[in-house]
Amino acid sequence: MAQILEARPLTPVTKYFRLAAPLIAAAAQPGQFVMLRVREGGERIPITIADYDRAAGTISLVVQQVGATTSLVCALEAGESILDVAGPLGMAVELPARGHVCGVGGGFGSAALLCLMRELRRRGLATTAIVGARTRELVILADELAPLCDRLEVCTDDGSTGFRGFVSQRLAQLIEAGGASRPDQVIAIGPMAMMRAIADTTRGTGIRTLVSMDPLMVDGTGMCGGCRVTVGGKPMFACVDGPCFDAHEVDFDVAMRRNKAYQAQERQARDRLACMAQREAR
Amino acid sequence: MPIKRLDKTPMPVRQAGLRAHDFAEVNRGYGAAQAAFEAERCLRCQDAVCEDGCPVRVPIPEFVHRVATGDLRGAADLLRSANPLPAICGRVCPQESQCESRCSMARRFEPVAIGHLERFVADWERSQPPTVAPNLTRSERIAIVGAGPAGLVCAGALARLGYPVTIYEALHAPGGVLRYGIPEFRLPKAILDWEIGLLQALGVEIACNVIIGKTITLDALMNEMGYAAVFIGTGAGLPRFLGIPGEELNGVMSANEFLTRVNLMRGFEFPEADTPVQRARRVAVVGAGNTAMDAVRTALRLGAERALIVYRRSDQEMSARVEEYHHAVEEGVEFHWLTNPLEVVDDGHGWVGGLRCQQMTLGEPDASGRARPLPVAGSEFVLPVESVILAIGTTPNPLLTRTTAGLATNRHGCLLVDERTAETSRSGVFAGGDAVTGAATVILAAGAGKRAAQSIHEALQARR
Repeated sequence: MAQILEARPLTPVTKYFRLAAPLIAAAAQPGQFVMLRVREGGERIPITIADYDRAAGTISLVVQQVGATTSLVCALEAGESILDVAGPLGMAVELPARGHVCGVGGGFGSAALLCLMRELRRRGLATTAIVGARTRELVILADELAPLCDRLEVCTDDGSTGFRGFVSQRLAQLIEAGGASRPDQVIAIGPMAMMRAIADTTRGTGIRTLVSMDPLMVDGTGMCGGCRVTVGGKPMFACVDGPCFDAHEVDFDVAMRRNKAYQAQERQARDRLACMAQREAR
Repeated sequence: MPIKRLDKTPMPVRQAGLRAHDFAEVNRGYGAAQAAFEAERCLRCQDAVCEDGCPVRVPIPEFVHRVATGDLRGAADLLRSANPLPAICGRVCPQESQCESRCSMARRFEPVAIGHLERFVADWERSQPPTVAPNLTRSERIAIVGAGPAGLVCAGALARLGYPVTIYEALHAPGGVLRYGIPEFRLPKAILDWEIGLLQALGVEIACNVIIGKTITLDALMNEMGYAAVFIGTGAGLPRFLGIPGEELNGVMSANEFLTRVNLMRGFEFPEADTPVQRARRVAVVGAGNTAMDAVRTALRLGAERALIVYRRSDQEMSARVEEYHHAVEEGVEFHWLTNPLEVVDDGHGWVGGLRCQQMTLGEPDASGRARPLPVAGSEFVLPVESVILAIGTTPNPLLTRTTAGLATNRHGCLLVDERTAETSRSGVFAGGDAVTGAATVILAAGAGKRAAQSIHEALQARR
């Protein structure tokens, strides 16, 4: 049981939570995740740790409403509790000893850049954060990220704020510009299509690129193997071997297909939830 | 003295045609008369050889005698003093290769149904008000990693010795494989909850959602948190895959995933429960151990029209319990012996379209002592299935060993322990069950947990 200390919507479909979870806060590293369950009979879902405050004993999560369970999470408010929170799980993302690291966040994936940028700065590395969204209203946590990194780039598909275009296009420009703009390592977190575009952007440039994979999981502790990701032609468990893998080795086709394995059931659960909410409203 | 009946009193079971479509328990258990009747068959041998076949050394003739004389309270107390999980072991132990294989009656007739009697006594006890109370008299606190059979038994034994014990469990509910692996129709969760409740009544604390090695390190347990000893019972939960083409297709999963979705997450109740599980029309389960039988019988209960066991060896080499095999046959499971999977066939949309196999024949014994299966040339064929479930074994979970310095393991990732004391390469850290032996049985894990508890007790006494 973890108490929600703060809950605020970031966009109509994403919500920021700060939870009292002292043991997880003490152990968390950038790149790791927690497993959540919101009710008896509920699903276990993996959520990337956006940030942690060891002194305060809190962790921050950003949840996007995509299915039934994430809708239930997003309905929670400060003062309420999350039934089960377990973590930190997965391996910490591998960080270089020196140089310039660029974190790329797409959609609600931008949230995970908070602890990443803070940790990189603590280690004395040069940092760039590129965050992107469809439009201005959907850009999240830019104000919070700005003071944590050397350079912040905001991108929107429609150009309503910042760079007009995809995060991968902006990254390509930075690489092209060279010098201090060009990163030595890229870490991308976000929708699968965006991570694939980032992988394509840095392929052949010699820039080490990691992506944070978000496959379906049941236990999150290595027990089920449902989160298999094909990396370099071999199956890896995202929960214990990842979730961050070499972007140029990941088979995104397989990963995207596997994430749709329960699409029909997910739709059924979402419809059922909506129907029950309607019935309650009447 | 009545004349001994030659045959076991049969276990009443639910009719195969009905039970294959729901998750209610298959075995119904003896009634009082059946139990007394069966208990009378025991010869009460002077040298109770049956006990040698029991990893926790239940005083079998004595408890069976008490059943025969109607002293059920006495039988229950005796049973529980030796085995903290009798209602579970009475259901899932492979008695035919343990106690019952040694039974003197078995030399000429059928053995005494020791397992069925154990279950009867434990179920009777469940109908009575609990008699346990905490008696935690000692100051040394002990941490247990993993609330599976080894950890639960170790905790129970230590609590009885007076030690305050905390079990740390990674999942949201305790039980380990008893919770996520063994299906409701073989071990109802109500039985597991009751057994765990008794341990809690003894004063055992259970902290769920704590992953030792991640949330708290082993060193933190020993140093900052001041535990006098740690027992590791993390099991063998990491599923193996075959490494054949097509294993990444949608519809291929480990038995662990399939069973966890159904048992731990109650996927069979979807959408009332939130976790979905695939309900395929035709399902192939690869392997022939107890996990394979659990998976294939679960697939039937989820509505599969055809549920197949695919095994590269023959029925002679199958490692499943005889009872599970018989139940599976009765329920309509198809068995494809000497059938080796080569490739999962794509249906053209990234889903399973079939399982390409080849016929095998048995050759000379291999390293495991079992006849080595050899391929028959030109025998390839495709089994038409929409789902492939792999039940080909598990290895110890590396979560703890990866994050802990100085914990020695063998090349399979199993923890190395002193055979006599169960102590690992780290002083004060003990281990037992599948984490040490690799995937084995509930009762072997329980036995290891029990011995480790004694060993922890002796080590702490010596330290004083």
